[in-house]
Formats: sequence, C-alpha cells, structure tokens
Amino acid sequence: MAKRAGREQNSQTPLLSVRGLRTTFVTDDGIVPAVDGVSFTIDRGTTVGLVGESGCGKSVTSLSIMKLIPWPPGKVEAEEILFDGKDLSRMSEREMRRIRGNEIAMVFQEPMTSLNPVFKIGDQIMEAIILHQKVSKREARERAIELLRMVGIPSPDKRVDEYPHHLSGGMRQRVVIAIALSCNPKLLIADEPTTALDVTIQAQILDLLRRLQEELGMAILLITHDLGVVAEMCQRVIVMYAGKIVEEGPVVPLFQEPAHPYTRGLLASIPKMNEDRPRLTAIPGVVPHPARMPRGCRFHPRCQFAKPICEQLEPPRLPVGEGRFAACWMHTDFEPLEAVPGEVSSSAGRS
Amino acid sequence: MPGAHEPLVRVEGLVKHFPLRRGLWSRQAGVVKAVDDVSFDIRRGETLCLVGESGCGKSTTARLILRLLEPTAGKVFFEGKNIFELPAREMRSLRKEMQLIFQDPYASLNARMTVGEIIGEPLVVHKLAKGAALERRVKELLEAVGLASYHAKRYPHEFSGGQRQRIGIARALAVNPKLVVCDEPVSALDVSVQAQVLNLLKDLQDELQLTYLFIAHDLSVVKHMGDRIAVMYLGKIVEVADKASLYQNPQHPYTRALMSAIPIADPTVKRERILLEGDVPSAINPPRGCRFHTRCPIAQEICAIEEPPLRMVGEGHACACHLVPAAASASHPAGAGTKAGVEAAEG
Repeated sequence: MAKRAGREQNSQTPLLSVRGLRTTFVTDDGIVPAVDGVSFTIDRGTTVGLVGESGCGKSVTSLSIMKLIPWPPGKVEAEEILFDGKDLSRMSEREMRRIRGNEIAMVFQEPMTSLNPVFKIGDQIMEAIILHQKVSKREARERAIELLRMVGIPSPDKRVDEYPHHLSGGMRQRVVIAIALSCNPKLLIADEPTTALDVTIQAQILDLLRRLQEELGMAILLITHDLGVVAEMCQRVIVMYAGKIVEEGPVVPLFQEPAHPYTRGLLASIPKMNEDRPRLTAIPGVVPHPARMPRGCRFHPRCQFAKPICEQLEPPRLPVGEGRFAACWMHTDFEPLEAVPGEVSSSAGRS
Repeated sequence: MPGAHEPLVRVEGLVKHFPLRRGLWSRQAGVVKAVDDVSFDIRRGETLCLVGESGCGKSTTARLILRLLEPTAGKVFFEGKNIFELPAREMRSLRKEMQLIFQDPYASLNARMTVGEIIGEPLVVHKLAKGAALERRVKELLEAVGLASYHAKRYPHEFSGGQRQRIGIARALAVNPKLVVCDEPVSALDVSVQAQVLNLLKDLQDELQLTYLFIAHDLSVVKHMGDRIAVMYLGKIVEVADKASLYQNPQHPYTRALMSAIPIADPTVKRERILLEGDVPSAINPPRGCRFHTRCPIAQEICAIEEPPLRMVGEGHACACHLVPAAASASHPAGAGTKAGVEAAEG
C-alpha cells in the first residue's frame, strides 16, 4: 500500500504527540474540565490502550484529538497535537475534514447507532472513499466490496446492497471497521469497539483488528474499560483517572508491577479467570464529580497510601522505569514543607 | 424427599415460546423459542449461575422461576410446591420468599420516591411493618448494604450507580427472602464499584443464608460468585457442573469456546483461542439437532440430525453433546443436571 512507504520514511518520530490537552465544558456547575493537562505519544504501527472508568475523560481525549467536541459547551485547548508532523490544534475546520476519516479514522462503541439506517451499507462505505479519494463510483463500489471481504463479511458482493438492520451486531461492527479502513488511515481510534458485543463476537472483532493492523501497519488507540482487552491487544497502556493520566508504560511491566495505587486497585478489583480469591479487593469510595475535584492528587480520598502531601500538591509525572511514568508522590524523595518527612518515607517504604 | 436435602427450587422441563405476530390481524407468524426444555435444581444456600450470551434465554428462565411470566410448559417447584398451580393469593404471599435484583440501577428505582419509600415499599405491600417499625427496618437495611440511615430521605438521582445498586439490594432483602435472583447485577457498573457490590452480595449471603440465582454473561464474574454453573445456548442448557469441575475441565465445545474468548488481564498469559465462526442463530428458527452445530468446530454428521440429551459426564457434571462420552457409572447425583432433568432430556 502507498501509505506504507510514508510510514517507514519517518519512523523515528511518534505518529501522534499530544501535549497539554485540556478540554472543558460549560455546565450548570461552572466550567468543568473533563480532560485536564494530558500528554502522551503514539508510535507508528503500535497499539496503545487508554483505560479508565466511566467519566475519566478517555473518550473526551479522543474526541478532542479529532476536534469533534462541539463549542459551546466544550472547549479544547492544547499546547500541541502533532500528528505526522502537522499540528491539529492549529488546523482550520476545513483542514481537519481532510484528516478525519482519511488519516485518522474512528470506530465507536455502538455499531447500531454509528451506521445510518436508511442507506445501504455499500453506499456508506463508498461515501468515505469518494470523499477522500479521486475515484469513480464504480471503482469505489469495487473497493467497498473488497473492504467487506477484508473484514470477514461472507458474500460481500451481495451484502454491499443490504441495509444495516439486515446485519447482526458483530457484522455491523465489521462494516464500521470497513468504513474506518476505507482510506488507509495511519491512526485508528477505536472507542470501546467491543463493549456492546457478546464475548465470542468480541473475540472475533479483536482478532480482526489485530490481523488488519498487521496487514495495514496502522497505529491503534484503543479506548476501553476492560483490562483484559488491553492485556491482549496493546503494547503500551495509558491509565486515566478523573481527567488526568495517572500511569503510562509498556503493558507487561505495568500489569506485573503497577506503579500507581489506582492502577493497582483496578487490577485487584477484577475477578480473574486464572486465580481464585474469596473476596475481591475493591477500591473504596466513588469517582469524584468533575465539578468538585479534590485538591492535590485527585485519587487521594480513595488511596490507601495517601499521605499529607497528596492532599496538598498535585503529583508530577515521574519516571518509574524503562519508558514508564506514574503521577504519584510515592515515587519521589522530594519533600515539600507541608509534608511530614517521617510519613513520606514510611509510606514510600510500604509501596 | 422433604427436609434439608430437598432443593429450594426444582425446575422441570421448562419451556417458554413467545408468539411472533405479524400483519394487520396479528397473525401468528412463528414462535421465538426463548427457553426450550430446561431442567435444574437450586440448592439451599448455594449460588447457581446461569451464563450465556444475549438471547440465550437466561433472563427468561429467571422470570419464569419468579412467575413473572407464565410458561408454555414445565414446572417450577419452590420448596416442593409447583408455583404455576398456586392461586393468586398464595402466589402473592410466596413472592416474599423470592426477590429480584435488576441489572440497570438507573431504570429500576422510581425517581419520584425517596430511598426510604423504595426500600420500605415491599414491607408495606406485604403488610409486614408500618410506622416506627418500618422506619427502623429501613434504617437497618440501609446499614446492611453499606449506606447510612440518613440516606432514606434522599432521592435516587443523588446516588451513584454502585450506591443505587445497593438500594436495589436493600429493597430485595426487605422481606427476608429465601431466594434472590440477581439478573446481571454488576454489568452496568465500573470495575472498581463492581468489586464492592460483588463483595457485598457474598457477605449478605453468608450472613442471611441466602440462595442466589445469579445471571451473568461474564464468565470471570461467574467464576468468582458461583458454586455451580449452568451454561445456556439458544434456550437450552448445554452444560451444568460445579465451579471447579467446569472451569478445570469444560466439556461442551461451546463452554470451551466461551472460556477461551474471555480476555485475561495478564499480558504474559498466551492462550490457544477457539474462535467461533458466525453469529448465534435466531431463536425463531433454531438449527435442527444440536443447536450449536452450525458454529461448532468439531461438529459431526449426527449433530445436525439428533438433539443431544443432557447426560452425566462426570461427578456432578452434565453435558449435552454427542461427542462427549457419558460417564461409565451413570449415577445421577442431585447436583448437575437433576435426575428429573436428565430423564426429561433423554425421554
């Protein structure tokens, strides 16, 4: 594919580099930040998982990158959103339209609502192709059939003329993926792509995504709440809590030795297929309301390792190993005046 | 067989077909075979899990057991009494013994009632308490589920999903039921909150000697909660066994595929995945023979012709597959598929 050559030319720089992303919404409770100072990178051809619970800002992060947050009430600010050398944050709406669906494509959670019920699936795939590529209708139709075959839809030359309601949930999600891949995107953002599907269908879709990534060499930003899906699909993981990144790193060390108490709590709270425990270790309390975020570290009211400094100061992004970062005071010897020195070292020792 | 050995609930040959109506005169155009000849026992104090994918009939089965639906055929015995033969008045008083916890904590609480009214309502309906006694009981229930007594004055919208689910649990426990049917009680919750609710359900079971029928699609949640597990596919039970036996030694090809499909939250675990082809067929026109044969990786000729009976394949382990050999000693321990269930399936 033509895009592949481009991919290898500048394989040194990351494909996407987001710095200082902040997305706020005007609500009845005032201006509420849904995403508050998020920075990360995605390398070419890799799969990065963005995990967290509902309301942590993971979907808003992806929509902000795509500039799909409507103003009002939403507002996206960022130092930069560098995608393949271009700064998306400075782009006009017109320029963004050439990126969306073409260089960055998205797959959403609900395969029922992301397709238009009154158009044939073939027409919906062709729309993206005709919009972004200079091809005739006939060629676009052939490309649509080829895409349906690629995503594993049986007898694609017949299916191309069917409507979404003729298809099952799994098949619809395949169609959505076909649309997303129609222009050979460099980055695919998949927002909970399998959450609405049954497990055996989820396994099919995950398998399909992995196969397509190998074939097409695109990068995937996989947004999910399911740590099992992350463990299976991703090379790197970004964990979000209350609008901030709390931990980031390669998947194996992050799962084996989570550095942030929230990551640790998440991993401990899921029932696992390969172990038996009489009780699950729950994280006490609930996620804070976006308009009433706690001071200091946003996780401190629920954290068993919290110490005085956590209530006062927001922890910086600290290195905790090869390519790993965590935003937690446990990982520093830095002792500001507010903190009681003894408490700091004893808490750090426990970790 | 009266006494403690008698199961709390015995389900025999339960069938529910929903008519499918079409056209101006609501002509019956077919039937949806939601539950098709299902038999099992629920023993006192245990958690029996019904697991399967959407449309497999697990929720319909639960609603039949609670007699929220009338069956097309079959019996459900609750403490020896066939609930479908009970007159309305006796049925109403029996409802105290069986309660339901719903999946959606947002839809299952009346937004216009205070939490105290919601939890107290079953007590009022069954005339079990009023006045100060009612208030005291509501307070006690709130504390039992990890909420505070002052929450009684508040409305559901003031609570998070996990807290609302606790309110739903308190309401179910208000009348001191023997059986609690939990229909996907945590699937709408975030993982950290899910753990809190699962722990609470386990604690309450120990404290109050509850029997649970736990319905879920998540096999890892089922593994954590269940004592015995029944796997359903297209209206049929394909495998029943106690937890250890099912997870260490799954027999039915569908159970195996289902287990291998669950993503494990450990990136170092590499597994052989059995990928099933295609989708679950429609329950309107289920495949002949074994209902799973259209997707089964090891299907043989016989599977398309003859329906496999649920039969014992090991100690307390029953499976409905032609290709899994029956246990040599064809004993029917009152565990897996019940004796009645096995006979019904074979007959």
